[in-house]
Amino acid sequence: MFSEIKILIHQGKQFIPDVTTSVVPGIFRGRPVISTEKVDTAALVKCCPVGAITADPIAIDMGKCLFCGECQLAFPSKIKFTKDYKVSSNVRDNLIIREGIDEPVRFDADKARKEIRKLLRDSLKLRQVSAGGDNSCEWELNAAGNVNFDMGRFGIEFVASPRHADGIVITGPVSRNMAEPLQLCYDAVPHPKVIILAGTDAISGGLFTGSPAVDRSFLEKFTVDLYIPGNPVHPLAFINGVLELIGRMTKRFKS
Amino acid sequence: MINTIVVKNNQCIPLPEIPVLAYHDFLEWNTTRVKDINFHCVSYFGWKRKGRIRLFCCMADDAEGTIAISSAEVPGDRGQSLPSFTARHFSFHCFERDLHEKLGINYSDHPWLKPLRYPVDRADQHSTIENYPFFSMESEELHEVGVGPVHAGIIEPGHFRFICNGEQILHLEIQLGYQHRGIEQLFISQNDLLKRNLLAESIAGDSVIGHTVAFANAWESLCGFQAGDDIQVARTVASELERIAIHTGDLSALCTDVAYQLGSSVFGRLRTPVINTFQVWCGNRLAKGLIRAGKNQYPLTGNIKNALIRLFDEFEPDFNEMYKRTKTLPSVLARMERTGILTTEQAVETGAVGMAARSAGLIRDIRWTHPCMMYASLPHQPVVKHHGDVYSRMQIRRAEVNQSIRYIRDLLDRLPETNLHNPPLSRPKADVMAISLTEGWRGEICHCAITDHNGELALYNIKDPSMHNWMALALAVRHNDISDFPICNKSFNLSYCGHDL
Repeated sequence: MFSEIKILIHQGKQFIPDVTTSVVPGIFRGRPVISTEKVDTAALVKCCPVGAITADPIAIDMGKCLFCGECQLAFPSKIKFTKDYKVSSNVRDNLIIREGIDEPVRFDADKARKEIRKLLRDSLKLRQVSAGGDNSCEWELNAAGNVNFDMGRFGIEFVASPRHADGIVITGPVSRNMAEPLQLCYDAVPHPKVIILAGTDAISGGLFTGSPAVDRSFLEKFTVDLYIPGNPVHPLAFINGVLELIGRMTKRFKS
Repeated sequence: MINTIVVKNNQCIPLPEIPVLAYHDFLEWNTTRVKDINFHCVSYFGWKRKGRIRLFCCMADDAEGTIAISSAEVPGDRGQSLPSFTARHFSFHCFERDLHEKLGINYSDHPWLKPLRYPVDRADQHSTIENYPFFSMESEELHEVGVGPVHAGIIEPGHFRFICNGEQILHLEIQLGYQHRGIEQLFISQNDLLKRNLLAESIAGDSVIGHTVAFANAWESLCGFQAGDDIQVARTVASELERIAIHTGDLSALCTDVAYQLGSSVFGRLRTPVINTFQVWCGNRLAKGLIRAGKNQYPLTGNIKNALIRLFDEFEPDFNEMYKRTKTLPSVLARMERTGILTTEQAVETGAVGMAARSAGLIRDIRWTHPCMMYASLPHQPVVKHHGDVYSRMQIRRAEVNQSIRYIRDLLDRLPETNLHNPPLSRPKADVMAISLTEGWRGEICHCAITDHNGELALYNIKDPSMHNWMALALAVRHNDISDFPICNKSFNLSYCGHDL
């Protein structure tokens, strides 16, 4: 008993008081900013291993980007990854960052399904499905619930059964062998059947785009409610994205 | 008669120097050798070309610190059945299942010739993940419990089929393959070093350093590049830091599984500053981006050194205090002691590696037997326990965390100058094979690469320690209550994607 109390005192408070404004340590690679400086465009496009950089105008698609930072190392004055972890959107195109634009990624509330904000604002239960994920996104989603990030404070929680869930969070490029279990799991979720894609592999296939062992037909059938880029997604990126989705990102948070 | 070629870890050898034996001699030599406790098979794979299959078997000699490679050639037309290695020693079962599944080699006496991972290019397309041939027992006393592929928690997919007598597990069969992404094929088809480097980071996202170091060492060996001390120190520090992070997280998860809330929260939160240090170092909490073949992308500078020292100064007292309390709690010990026992015989039989082997008295640790990078300069002694139970694996984790901290402190005391001007890597040599072994936190990782006449990558073979250890888990849970399965599973903490590739 006394040793437990001693440990509690030594640990102090570990939670992040405000997960919407907390600054991440180190050299986190979040939302990129592309300067208007002239560079060798062909070389810039070519340096991206997954074709996330396109020309005319120069843009980075965060849905394809692996955040490896090679472009920043090769063109430090052109590309800069900021510490902004609010990278999620419900509109796929909003993940594309264009040259000369340094603005937060926009979540389009008008295009979001109304019932999600109405029904799930205070309690969102999610079922996670790893479909060829490499266990890095899964790891970070677990971390989002630990005592540091504590997303449970917003009523956001991962549950064991799809029947207890309001939606699914998919990680991984959707391996062919997981295509059917993913569909079965989705079928078991009651309405409104929220779909969240966490991580670059889930959003675009990432490195596994074009692999014959991947089958992404499930994603063509349904509307995705939230895209959260990252390799893996940072717990703060996940929490902030979901807060936007359920309409909990208040004005105070936004400032 | 020369049966094999003997090489060191990370050595590159010309293909013609690898002796080609008659299949019978190949089988005889390897299955005899494996009966010596100092030998175990680190990789056994096939390479199909021109209608024939060349088999390569790599046997590690733990006493000498070498690897004996032998090979044989068999017809690729699926006609004739071969006698199996597995009938002589069970530890080969996973490799031969892979050969059967991928290349269509038939065996006349393999006792457990079941699908391994359902690769997309498997020889028998009628074998699908829906029609796996489960073992079954007819009895009115017994019942079956199926779990997965989607599990209750944020965890990768795999299917577990238990045969139980009441609450007691008689048999567990583990069916994997759901995570198969075709990584080995992508290594060949993505003809770009950076892409391959990124693929290595994605083999298993919880072993980014382990697999990427194995890749970088193998690739540098193919190119004849000798990595400088600064690169070696950075890789060694990163490997040990990854071990600290995951072991700490596992301790948290073990506490969760026995409903010890304080341990779960404290170990869980203690992992956060460790992985955040990776972020300070390279911009990613799981260290993606840190290891690159042929260069030191994020040098281990004075700032990182200070961050690491500060981290350990704060981490260690909290970690030790929490562990000390945990191990005195009867409610924790009652769940962990004598639960999920892996016997030494079972460890040998399944070819167990890493922590699982060391918990059962079997010393398998590449850092000790086949040291590369800076390990030869560290006074490393593997942590070995003898009970083989969940508690042994918990004790190993605690001891290895403390050990890794000592090693990192030691290395930080003698940081070499960073060389920012490494020459660009040359092209890989033609017609060679490189083998790279490294001790990830889970156990021994083995990467083998073969190049063709033009120096292009022709084969890339990856072996995650989970390949051996899944069967060890299946045996360890026998005669345990099914309610103890989660804690047994967590104590092994094996990889699904690393296995399925």
